[in-house]
Amino acid sequence: MLKNYETVFILTPVLSDDQMKDAVGKYESLLTEAGAEIINKEMWGLKKLAYPIIHKSTGFYNLIEFKADPTVVSTLEVEFKRDEKIMRFLTVALDKHALAYNEKRRSGAFNKKKKEKAS
Amino acid sequence: MTLVNEPVNRDQQKKKYCRFKKNGIKYIDYKNADFLLAFVNEQGKLLPRRLTGTSLKYQKKVAQAVKRARHIALLPYVTDSLK
Repeated sequence: MLKNYETVFILTPVLSDDQMKDAVGKYESLLTEAGAEIINKEMWGLKKLAYPIIHKSTGFYNLIEFKADPTVVSTLEVEFKRDEKIMRFLTVALDKHALAYNEKRRSGAFNKKKKEKAS
Repeated sequence: MTLVNEPVNRDQQKKKYCRFKKNGIKYIDYKNADFLLAFVNEQGKLLPRRLTGTSLKYQKKVAQAVKRARHIALLPYVTDSLK
């Protein structure tokens, strides 16, 4: 039974651009091979962290929203733990409200001001 | 010496309401840090329901969203000058 998941992970900033790209590409291919269907990919780029993680104060944020079997998530997280380029990751299961929210967010229903009202 | 006949119902005037029920918000996004700032005080600690007026159901969602945001370093665990 395919469930919806969303994972955010942070890459260390010391990587060059193409290392960043193939690190992200590696996880996408891992997901697609495991039979997951990627719904949405976002790169938030270099952002300042609210607190230093392993002595680094900035990180390269990525978001992948996908639909997969529950077993796929554990293999994904093992890969995240194994890869030392990943500073931090968070995988979240999405319920129908979250899905509706992400749909609206993607369609740009939120502009600057109505962010908290219209979600 | 307190004023005996002073009506002490000042805080009843602005009736607190749960902004999630009122606006029909169903999902609180943990990635949206500036929205979550409304539920955190200057030190980054979660505001209690009696101040924000949110209902229990949504306060739990807010708490979970804030904790997730802290995990991915969008919100600090503790700070002295957040706002």
